Amino acid sequence: MTDSKISSKGSDWGYAPAPESADHFKLKEQYGLFLGGKFVPAGSGKRFATINPANEKTLAQVADAGEKDVDRAVKAARLAYDKVWRKMSGRERGKYLYRIARIIQERARELAVVESMDGGKPIRESRDVDIPLAAAHFFYHAGWADKLGYAFPGKSVGPIGVAGQIIPWNFPLLMVAWKVAPALACGNTVVLKPAETTPLTALLFAEICQEAGLPDGVFNCITGAGSTGAALVRHPGLDKVAFTGSTDVGKAIQKSLAGKATKLTLELGGKAANIIFEDAAIDQAVEGIINGIFFNQGHVCCAGSRLLVQESVEEEVVEKLKARMEHLIVGDPLDKNTDIGAINSKAQCERIQDYLKVGQEEGAELFQTKCTVPDKGYWIRPSFFTKVAQSHRIVQEEIFGPVLAIQSFRTLNEALEKANNTPYGLSGGVWTDKGAKIFKVTRGIKAGVIWANTFNKFDPASPFGGYKESGYGREGGRHGLRPYVELS
Amino acid sequence: MSKNGLNGKSGRLDVRKTYKMLIGGAFVRSESGRALDVEAPGGKWLGHVCRASRKDFRNAVVAARKAAAGWASTTAYLKGQILYRAAEMMEGRSSSLCEVLQSVGHSSAAAKSEVSQSIDLLVYYAGWADKYLQIFGSVNPVSSPYFNFSVTEPMGVVAYVAGEKRPLLDLVSGIAPIVVGGNSVITLSTGRSAVAAMELGEVLATSDIPHGVINLLCGLREELVGQMSSHMDVNALVVQGGDEKEHAASREACALNLKRYFLKSQESKCDEDPYRIMDTVEIKTTWHPVGG
Repeated sequence: MTDSKISSKGSDWGYAPAPESADHFKLKEQYGLFLGGKFVPAGSGKRFATINPANEKTLAQVADAGEKDVDRAVKAARLAYDKVWRKMSGRERGKYLYRIARIIQERARELAVVESMDGGKPIRESRDVDIPLAAAHFFYHAGWADKLGYAFPGKSVGPIGVAGQIIPWNFPLLMVAWKVAPALACGNTVVLKPAETTPLTALLFAEICQEAGLPDGVFNCITGAGSTGAALVRHPGLDKVAFTGSTDVGKAIQKSLAGKATKLTLELGGKAANIIFEDAAIDQAVEGIINGIFFNQGHVCCAGSRLLVQESVEEEVVEKLKARMEHLIVGDPLDKNTDIGAINSKAQCERIQDYLKVGQEEGAELFQTKCTVPDKGYWIRPSFFTKVAQSHRIVQEEIFGPVLAIQSFRTLNEALEKANNTPYGLSGGVWTDKGAKIFKVTRGIKAGVIWANTFNKFDPASPFGGYKESGYGREGGRHGLRPYVELS
Repeated sequence: MSKNGLNGKSGRLDVRKTYKMLIGGAFVRSESGRALDVEAPGGKWLGHVCRASRKDFRNAVVAARKAAAGWASTTAYLKGQILYRAAEMMEGRSSSLCEVLQSVGHSSAAAKSEVSQSIDLLVYYAGWADKYLQIFGSVNPVSSPYFNFSVTEPMGVVAYVAGEKRPLLDLVSGIAPIVVGGNSVITLSTGRSAVAAMELGEVLATSDIPHGVINLLCGLREELVGQMSSHMDVNALVVQGGDEKEHAASREACALNLKRYFLKSQESKCDEDPYRIMDTVEIKTTWHPVGG
């Protein structure tokens, strides 16, 4: 079990390559903006390339939306809202969402492969997590469209209007679903801006809206970088802004909307503590730690990026963790055996490397696995720090990469104290055999989602969102409808 | 329905359909070998349907019970998907469903309307599959250090007697809330509406609904209601139509095993109603300590 040579030396017992094929679909050379039901070039004619972070090759050219394009998109959404969508019965709106859910299921393999190519995540994750969950989100919300009165008893429920939605690059299509499905189900129309490094599945989603016959302008997609997003947030025609991304940008958005009636929800960063008690099933907990921090290369806002382990089992857990980490396969995202794919972008890779440096300068001890990584592309080997202090930057700040900070504790209260001692409050994990202890910990952690004896579980029926500087508002479940309805 | 079978121009004789009941996923005739004539409102003979026996009902209960545990433990999301798939299948066969309704006296417009309402109603309840617990379940703020929560669980096997006013809609509006709640169901259709029920059986059999979850019988109400209300392995009885005498007798017989008994409205404004799901589920409350 602790023989780390097995995977690191590429012995006869290694895995043969098992790449997923990408020949069952064809990406276009360039994609326009999706405005009023049609793909159109940016007004300026500007484009940018989206690349595959695993080999740095260009996948497609994508339109770069400027201020005027944003304006066109918001107007298209407003027109669709006034003329069609707000007047449509919930039942009929729901039927469109069911169609979208079905087409996502039908095109699942294509979407999974494109997601892995554009974003760098392992095909196993995009195939088994991102895409099925995206479809499930549309199914779930389709059913709500004609039942909203039951979600808000005693109130009359209506839509808000036009929503501007900005999503990150870590779960590109799944974030489209989290944002668009509840907005549309509740009767709003949408202008979506996907992240500049991962626009492709959002654009394929625009095609899916066409295939579903969704009325023009109900969903609009503008591609571009931060300036496009800023233009969207500034646009006076929005009734609602929903943002998922970094806490810094979230704060800037809140400032820019101050004094306006525009509603806002934010799903921001996190620094979740994964707490392992001495009575936990240790092997399962180790799997949970791995899943918590190395799922999606650690590009997860709710990642279990801090391990809090009870002192009596610290040595055992750390040794088992090292051994398990040596078996993680880092490499081609399209290979079905890959556990950890490419870091999403060069910029993110450099950011993570900076943190690796900072952590050591602050006096922590770095462990990295011995695996080899490809020459081209952006990669970080699975890493953790020990001998860290609560005040260290690698404990306080979100790294958003496969880097874990390990601390120990003696008592439950000390664990809670440490768990809560960051500005964030998105998620947390607890591992113990004692049910009563689980509920004591879940009550003590100031965070929006707590996983007990599991980690990184998502379901459209389950609300997700943060406390404190991890943002506000919930996505998913009955509570996730609230940000998209006007109650009177 | 074809005339007397001869197609004028080609002289080809139609191949007629034998209407069969659906029990445990199999299309069967009544074990009793008996049949009933079905006539159109004008008196035109439409064909035979089975006249289910008490033994057919008991067989259906066995099939439904066998399917109950699997269906109850199917995830809410999958139940919703499966019911939605059934609606897709209904849409695909809407023209034959319309034909059947017309054959028993509906105008073309009325038939179309009833079929599309039935499909939409199935979609409506499919959507409840992963939501009703979020409305009707609860976390209960007890005044002691316990995490206390209540969830719904299916009752098990439910029998349903459908009315005759709306041959398809009466059936679908009864089945959908029972099945979305995780129960398996045995339905009884009577009179002319039996042909619509048997047509629906062919739709359901090609959907993803597991065998035995929905069992469709047709026969005589006065012959079978007594068996349905007194059967000791049926958890609930839902009834449309019938007279006061029958209702009283059924309630009394249901007392044998404290079978839950519900009268269901035939008004379309009552079709969409998540409280119908609540009729055939139980509430389970769990106490769990908080401490450590």
